[in-house]
Amino acid sequence: MRHPGRWVATAAVVVLGVMFVHTLVATQVVRGTQRQPRFQWDVVRRYLWSRPVLDGVTITIELTVVAMAIGIALGVVLAVMRLSPNPIVSSASWLYIWFFRGTPVLVQLLFWYDLSYLYPTLSLGIPFGPAFVHLNANTAVTPFAAALFGLGLNEGAYMAEIVRAGILSVEEGQTDAAKALGLTRLGTMRRIVLPQAMRVIIPPMGNETISMLKTSSLASTITVVELLRSAQNIYSRTFETVPLLMVASFWYLAMTSVLTVGQYYLERRFARGALREPPPTPVERVRRWFRRAYLARSEPPVLARSGPPGLPGPPGPPGLPGRLGPGR
Amino acid sequence: MSAVEALMVRSEGVRKRYGQLEALRGVDLEVAAGEVCCLIGPSGSGKSTFLRCINHLEKVDAGRLSVDGQLVGYREHGGRLYELQDKEVCAKRAEIGMVFQRFNLFPHMTALDNVAMAPVVVKGEAKGVVESRARSLLDRVGLGTKLEAYPNQLSGGQQQRVAIARALAMQPKLMLFDEPTSALDPELVGEVLDVMRGLAEDGMTMVVVTHEMGFAREVGDTLAFMDDGVVVERGRPRDVLGNPQQERTRAFLAKVL
Repeated sequence: MRHPGRWVATAAVVVLGVMFVHTLVATQVVRGTQRQPRFQWDVVRRYLWSRPVLDGVTITIELTVVAMAIGIALGVVLAVMRLSPNPIVSSASWLYIWFFRGTPVLVQLLFWYDLSYLYPTLSLGIPFGPAFVHLNANTAVTPFAAALFGLGLNEGAYMAEIVRAGILSVEEGQTDAAKALGLTRLGTMRRIVLPQAMRVIIPPMGNETISMLKTSSLASTITVVELLRSAQNIYSRTFETVPLLMVASFWYLAMTSVLTVGQYYLERRFARGALREPPPTPVERVRRWFRRAYLARSEPPVLARSGPPGLPGPPGPPGLPGRLGPGR
Repeated sequence: MSAVEALMVRSEGVRKRYGQLEALRGVDLEVAAGEVCCLIGPSGSGKSTFLRCINHLEKVDAGRLSVDGQLVGYREHGGRLYELQDKEVCAKRAEIGMVFQRFNLFPHMTALDNVAMAPVVVKGEAKGVVESRARSLLDRVGLGTKLEAYPNQLSGGQQQRVAIARALAMQPKLMLFDEPTSALDPELVGEVLDVMRGLAEDGMTMVVVTHEMGFAREVGDTLAFMDDGVVVERGRPRDVLGNPQQERTRAFLAKVL
């Protein structure tokens, strides 16, 4: 045997894999007085496509999309501010990032949820002057709105750093050329720098979106009935806690998987012009693999083992012409 | 108009410092309208820095620098200098074309868009008018068939010619060239110099930082030798190159000619 270590490792992985599948589907456990399957797949199946769970999925998607939109818009503004030559503007951005990155997002969510404690009424008007619109904070800031603020404003701080890295990745000569043509600072940013920064910004932005999808589960603590909360609502009635957590996990995994695929193709798109030949997509790779396998079958490799069939020849380094059998 | 009034660039005692390094220590230079002035000198002598001061890509620390009779980056009022707003600086820059050593084309735009973008965005000209002008400019620099090519699909020489067309599209009164052929393969230098020669023949005022002594001799009206942040010697190219008066000029030319 040429690689004994590999065989041992393979055997160990296979055994562990079989054990895992076995415990998932074939084992039972005593709960109270009843013998039940360890993982109650029937319960999972019952709730997977149920109305409340699907509604939770919808709310989770809404939270993720809107909070990310807030985060990206805010991130671009904060990044541009952070790079401003005006020290007041740049420090304001620094302070924002310092505060929102430095406090837990869960705490921020609770803060927004309890906003009415600080501001019972919200007014819109002239600073220190008359106000035109008055709103009751308790009714205006719904739990959903509080979750959007909390997640979005927090995300803005992280996106700001990502956008800033993207902006800094664009060659200085680009700014020089744009300025020399008479473009203003803002025009240079919008037309020249940001479009080129996208290539650097997209991959971490994908990560942030995936992360946001999962972080949105924190909104369950401020009574937003998103995916996790709707699962919790069910198991608080039925006490089937673990199967419902599995239902939630299934949906989170499904959504992050879709995002992962989306991110892959988005990255490829923004890499255009930068790479002469983009790497093959997974689909292309599979197709190539099949083509190679087909060719290998119709045209067997020349350097197979020597000797008549059935009798393994002496092991030797492949590629030595003297060891080729006469039968070839 | 007398010769003094027709000055395009006038620099008196211009100084520029980067931290400890004094890049320019009192540059005096005059470039008349329609003149082609070549700047030569060893690397680090301040040629490029001075060029970047002319369109205010770098801020001047001391001295007076004016283009077409107007101070660069400042307004003089009642004997005091006031810094210009970003908008005003941009308007001034729009009248000065610049070509860079590393081309600095916008990689996410086609050749045509590279050329046609600024007149529309900066000067607010009509898109159709600008595009037809951009087409004829690209045609003039020999790239009439490459309108839709992206910069990474073009050779260095082609990129630099697009960059020249891009600067010309703004219809500048002054063109600055910062070592326009230094990043090119030797066989591509000629095509760029040809375009510049044509531009000089059309009467464009040009300040050219270059290492191409042949170009400086043939096309340049004047030649200035810079060393250590000052203009050491200035005159007609054949005089400066053929019969340098200063020791430093002689030493430099002995190395490059």
